[in-house]
Amino acid sequence: MAITYTSKEQIEVYRFGLPATIAVPLFAVVAQSFLPHWIPFFTIFDLPLLIVIFFAVARRNPVAGLLTGAAIGLLQDSLTHQPIGLYGIAMTVVGYGASSLGVKLDVENAGSRFLVTLFFFAIHEVIYFSVARGMIRLGLHWSWSHELTSAFANAALAVLLFHLLDRLKQRT
Amino acid sequence: MESVLTRYRNVTILVAVLFAQILGLAIQVKRTTDNESSSLIRIWALDLVTPLERGIVDAQMGIAGIWRNYFYLRGVRAENRQLKQQIERLQMEQVRLSQDAEQARRLQVLLGFKEQFVSQTIAAQVIGSSGSEQSRSIFIDKGTLDELAPDMAVITAEGVVGKVLHAYKSTSEVLLINDQTSGVGSILEQSRLQGVLRGTVSGDLLLDKVMNDEQVQPGERVLTSGGDQIFPKGLLIGTVRKSSRGSEAFLDVRVKPAADLGRLEEVLVITQKEDRTPEAAEAGPIRAVDILADRLPSVPVKPLSDKPATTNGTAAPNPLAKSTSSANTATKLKPKAPAPQTVFDAPPDTAAGEQAPPTEAPQTHATPDSEPAKPETPPQ
Repeated sequence: MAITYTSKEQIEVYRFGLPATIAVPLFAVVAQSFLPHWIPFFTIFDLPLLIVIFFAVARRNPVAGLLTGAAIGLLQDSLTHQPIGLYGIAMTVVGYGASSLGVKLDVENAGSRFLVTLFFFAIHEVIYFSVARGMIRLGLHWSWSHELTSAFANAALAVLLFHLLDRLKQRT
Repeated sequence: MESVLTRYRNVTILVAVLFAQILGLAIQVKRTTDNESSSLIRIWALDLVTPLERGIVDAQMGIAGIWRNYFYLRGVRAENRQLKQQIERLQMEQVRLSQDAEQARRLQVLLGFKEQFVSQTIAAQVIGSSGSEQSRSIFIDKGTLDELAPDMAVITAEGVVGKVLHAYKSTSEVLLINDQTSGVGSILEQSRLQGVLRGTVSGDLLLDKVMNDEQVQPGERVLTSGGDQIFPKGLLIGTVRKSSRGSEAFLDVRVKPAADLGRLEEVLVITQKEDRTPEAAEAGPIRAVDILADRLPSVPVKPLSDKPATTNGTAAPNPLAKSTSSANTATKLKPKAPAPQTVFDAPPDTAAGEQAPPTEAPQTHATPDSEPAKPETPPQ
């Protein structure tokens, strides 16, 4: 019997096999670390964040969502030179929020996925910058144009990526 | 109480996880040095991620090597011819630079200047990056096992890249100069204005602390000043892209990095540098008459060849910023002095380290029997 990681919600709840649960986030973190080396503009994307949103929305379990977000966020933090926890906190909130939203809304079509990603990208950035500036006193500069571009780019990528990742879903 | 916790189970767990992370952050902020627990998390994460990245880089290099060495040989002959021409041009350039460097060295001896020399470098392969715009750093495949340590300067043949931030066993994290938390002591080559080079959110380089009433021309080269005690003085950082009035008392000077920070493949880590005054032996014998002659105005000497190194009237792109810097210094101090016509031996110590230091002035030594020819100066 395959070990799975699933929620207890009743309808439209998906689960993922253990290989997908581990390999997909790991692949996202590695790709996020590796691809900007070859495609410099790739730093505009945030693959780990998209993975957190995808898993959270599909599982529709807030606890699973926030734990996934915390784990991926902390892993991402470990690869930066900033204190560990900045991405962790932001992704924890995103994971919790996305899974809570997934319980109430249909987030299976491309349009809603685009909007959900746009919304949670903004939440992620606001939390990240708030913690970095307010708590760590990092002199990070906020640029509206840059954040908006990133948000739309990530939302567009999310639609394609989520479509591919749908194949990993297993119905409960 | 139990029912409340059960009812708000999700929120309770969320608050607990957030609280734990905020506590962890607070501990890290309180401690100035990287504490053991956070280092451990980083080491585990790197142990998880870097082998995969290393594998991808190795595979990519293997495939690229096969392609380059066996399939893609078109145009090699033409390229070879071009490279030979380039070598000839560079050899002539080297002779000129050697002379300039020699002049500068003599002056340094006279003035008792101490200079930082790059004495050993280690080549490293870039295997990944932080992947975040808020943290512009890269990972290289050398670590403490290769005697790397934090705060070592990292460069390429083109220019400065950054400094080693964390050195792990077999990998190191390098903070790029365009990171927002980075700062490099810098000096403008011509105007000799000093400032601090910082990164911006968009990955640009900004030369800070240059007063608004100063003039900075686009195209001027920016070198390391050596003031930060990390980068030896005179390394090329980049060129001024644009300069405008800033919001405060300082100019907004944007700098284009000389090294392509977005596409780094191999870098050099400066593992050893030494402070020393150029020795008199290096400068060759100096006679009072030479010094006197150097100070007198003279007719410029005709170049060595009809097609000197600076063909087309412009200097070839030269990563040896220090040499040029020295040359410029020398030129400034002795504007009318001709270069002595001396033949120099190859330096005995240029092979120090794994790579020849790209930033060091050519360490040429005058042969014992080759005294610098006296420049012919007309009597005043």
